[in-house]
Amino acid sequence: MKASRKNGDVWLIAGVVAVALLLFAVLWLLAERGTAVAVTVDGKPYATYPLSQNTEVKIAGVDGGSCTLVIADGQATVVAATCPDGICVRHRAVSRGGETIVCLPNRVVVTVVGAPAVDGEV
Amino acid sequence: MKRKTALYGLLVALAFIFSYIEVLVPIPVGIPGVKLGLANGVTLVTLYLLRPVDAAAIACLRILLAGFTFGSPVSMLYSLCGGLLSLLVMWLCRRSHRFSVVGVSVAGGVAHNVGQLLLAAALLSASVVWYAPVLLLTGTLTGALIGLLCRSLLPRLEKMR
Repeated sequence: MKASRKNGDVWLIAGVVAVALLLFAVLWLLAERGTAVAVTVDGKPYATYPLSQNTEVKIAGVDGGSCTLVIADGQATVVAATCPDGICVRHRAVSRGGETIVCLPNRVVVTVVGAPAVDGEV
Repeated sequence: MKRKTALYGLLVALAFIFSYIEVLVPIPVGIPGVKLGLANGVTLVTLYLLRPVDAAAIACLRILLAGFTFGSPVSMLYSLCGGLLSLLVMWLCRRSHRFSVVGVSVAGGVAHNVGQLLLAAALLSASVVWYAPVLLLTGTLTGALIGLLCRSLLPRLEKMR
């Protein structure tokens, strides 16, 4: 009798934890995907490109440098840059809200935006 | 009758003080709405010692008292939403005879957080659903702690009935 009651407890707790983890996974996979990338050059807004549209643009950085931004399959990458270190080129593709690629020599910052819920909170 | 009146007053006072303690000493986890739920423990004990309607009366009195004393109309609304849904779920879980006090308390803790989250979704925006996984887990944890507390308390309190 007592053992069967305890069983109910275990199933209940396991069920709630499973629902929580599932919900977390679903939210992470679906909702956190960004909708666009915002590009700033030297701290000033440069342009915004939707992640849903495949494009390739050359972004004019400071001192005549440039970065080539490619958007494909909902992800953004920097494929080429006129800088000696190439850190931004080696950075993996970004797609989730808040992810960022930085090209310091050109002062170019590419940030994924449009993820719901992360901002606009109290 | 006199005995029951005294017990009623004692439980309301206890729940009121527990609410106050939780306002004084919030758990610093950085998520709004996470608390131990000591006052909900009183509701749980009442549910086992007296009738469900008594538990509902004591929960409502506690929420009104705490809301007027150190809350706001909005916080009172949140407490009512969480507290009453919690009581309903705990009552159903107890009636099903499938859970021990700990299980009933876990269900109550989770229901409390779900109730508050639903109200927050209605009042603020649907994006509060982001808090749902965390609140489900913390509700389980705090519910289990309160349940363990009540499990050791209840045999001692039986005599008071």
